[in-house]
Amino acid sequence: MSSRDRVLGRVRRALADVPEDDTPYAQAVVRDYLRRHGERDPEDTVELLAENLVDYRAVVHRADAGDLPLLITRLLEARGSGKVLVPPGLPPEWTSAPDTHWVQDHTVSTPEELDRVDSVVTGCAVAIAETGTIVLDGSPDQGRRRITLIPDHHICVVRVPDQVVSSVPEALERLDPARPLTWISGPSATSDIELNRVEGVHGPRTLEVVLVSGDHSSP
Amino acid sequence: MSVTFVGMPAFPVAAHEAVADSTLRGNLRHATHTIRAKRAAAVAEVSDWARLREAGRRIKDHTLRHLDRYLVQVEEAVTAAGGTVHWAADAEEANRIVTALVKATGESEVVKVKSMATQEIGLNEALEAEGIRAYETDLAELIVQLGKDRPSHILVPAIHRNRGEIRDIFRSEMREWGRPAPEGLTDAPAELAEAARLHLREKFLRAKVGISGANFVVAETGTLVVVESEGNGRMCLTLPETLISVVGIEKVVPTWRDLEVFLQTLPRSSTAERMNPYTSMWTGVRDEDGPSAFHLVLLDNGRTDTLADEVGRQALRCIRCSACLNVCPVYERAGGHAYGSVYPGPIGAILSPQLRGTQSEIDASLPFASSLCGACYEVCPVAIDIPEVLVHLRERVVQGGPATRQGNKVVLKPAKGHAAERAAMRAARWAFSHAGALRGGQRLASRTRRLHPRTLPGPGRAWTGTRDLPPVPAEPFRDWWQRTHGGQEGTK
Repeated sequence: MSSRDRVLGRVRRALADVPEDDTPYAQAVVRDYLRRHGERDPEDTVELLAENLVDYRAVVHRADAGDLPLLITRLLEARGSGKVLVPPGLPPEWTSAPDTHWVQDHTVSTPEELDRVDSVVTGCAVAIAETGTIVLDGSPDQGRRRITLIPDHHICVVRVPDQVVSSVPEALERLDPARPLTWISGPSATSDIELNRVEGVHGPRTLEVVLVSGDHSSP
Repeated sequence: MSVTFVGMPAFPVAAHEAVADSTLRGNLRHATHTIRAKRAAAVAEVSDWARLREAGRRIKDHTLRHLDRYLVQVEEAVTAAGGTVHWAADAEEANRIVTALVKATGESEVVKVKSMATQEIGLNEALEAEGIRAYETDLAELIVQLGKDRPSHILVPAIHRNRGEIRDIFRSEMREWGRPAPEGLTDAPAELAEAARLHLREKFLRAKVGISGANFVVAETGTLVVVESEGNGRMCLTLPETLISVVGIEKVVPTWRDLEVFLQTLPRSSTAERMNPYTSMWTGVRDEDGPSAFHLVLLDNGRTDTLADEVGRQALRCIRCSACLNVCPVYERAGGHAYGSVYPGPIGAILSPQLRGTQSEIDASLPFASSLCGACYEVCPVAIDIPEVLVHLRERVVQGGPATRQGNKVVLKPAKGHAAERAAMRAARWAFSHAGALRGGQRLASRTRRLHPRTLPGPGRAWTGTRDLPPVPAEPFRDWWQRTHGGQEGTK
């Protein structure tokens, strides 16, 4: 007997007490919990996102679409980032900073090469206000998962209010499970020393989130 | 068989040693009290907590009741997405599968995401025996591995260590495993985290094989979910060419939408955060992004035996948040090592004796490692009635009876060491069903009450070692009731 048959056989014998006509999934699972916690207009939802991002030590900036390239330039300068990684589908006008060595993903491939990059700039798939979370789904403006992991500085652009939802249930509705997803809530952290949260372990230690309004061009 | 810590004495013996260690008690007290208040605040932020908890309970219960169907669905979905599914009936088989997969890559080292399932089966030791070195990359796991120590908490395996001890371990041990600790390392948590970052980075960058567990597996899509904080999980899940995930069969949830419940309840229950820093979700393999080979090992190892017990099966709802450990007065004082299992605390006290059976001394003692105060049940995000299962397992230990072991129905013998308890219960049953004898006995007890000792002799001594013997009243209640014509006026 294969182990598959052995395990499935054991499961079936263990469940001998479950009747054939057991309550089906749709009735067994009652979803009377809230879709979102509190009603807010889009502006307040964006405000809540900003608050919660800051609460978990992300740095939040706001910009109009027109000022975004300048802001990105300024943030990279402030950090002294010479070598900056970008995914292939990032709007080209975002990466207009002079004196910066822009590196396209896929031109560097090994983890060691990625480790020599100073910063990475990406868009996102969705942002969750209640939890201060941004979600990346590997779309062309976000790139492969590794590019937002190895560099120590991540600038993530969120188009507000379009990309912002209130809650976790609303975010899952918008996401495609077939894509590789990374949910990010603040910079890398740990609770492993005396159960106290300390920021800065393996992921980017600085997360800057730019909330950009007035830009509805698709990536 | 699961790992039992070698030569593990019964819980009371191990706990007795642990409570005498004042550093350990201080460390645990500090950590558990810190997290308790934070968890309460994080939960209070969500007005529909009780409903989320109930939904979580129902999702898990439904899945368990139809687990065969959902496991087959997982297999189909993962395979369709380009992954390979393996089935392991026990720890030995799982270790054999993983070892063979690693060997097939030609690699002799792997990086690991913190995983309870791989600890449970003793994977690191099995790999080591085959010449494969497994690097733990979670900070607390790293502390345990470097310190040649044992885990003592589900979420924070090094919870028994304070910052000073961690600094000492890093200073003396890191050089043995790779990059040494930075010169002049202090005990500031940020510096300790930085030291771990530097030490592990070279290992992440060169790793070709990653090993993980999973918090959830979605049956309808074949998606695996890993919830973490540090980014070590992301490193292990995305940089290697081969990813092997060892996952207990109870981790399945039916639908994508079900995650909306657990992604709200798990972070708040475990680290008391609105959301943990990183959550990774992946479905099979994806061109150019992440590992090109993905293996899912579905692990039984006592889970189906647990499932066969209609009272005990609720333990399989557990999502490993560790909230029950953090509120438990017994865990706070005894620490995790006394439980003799990778699953300590209240959940460990009901999970280990079910996964491993109640034959060994430690497993037979675990259902008694509780005051039944019920704090664990109250904080559990999937409403596992831990006290109910504890009492159920106590019955099984004392009386024996039917159970399932390795898929076979067996009848357990009553455990040794509970003979006095059984005799007392038999005597009580007889007395309560013979009114005359009960009355006579009560009267005798009342008249001789001045002669009663304050502690019990013989096997009863342990019980009165920490309690006063209740005083016997001067007159039995029934006699008093008759003498005072009690109740007659009230029933007119």
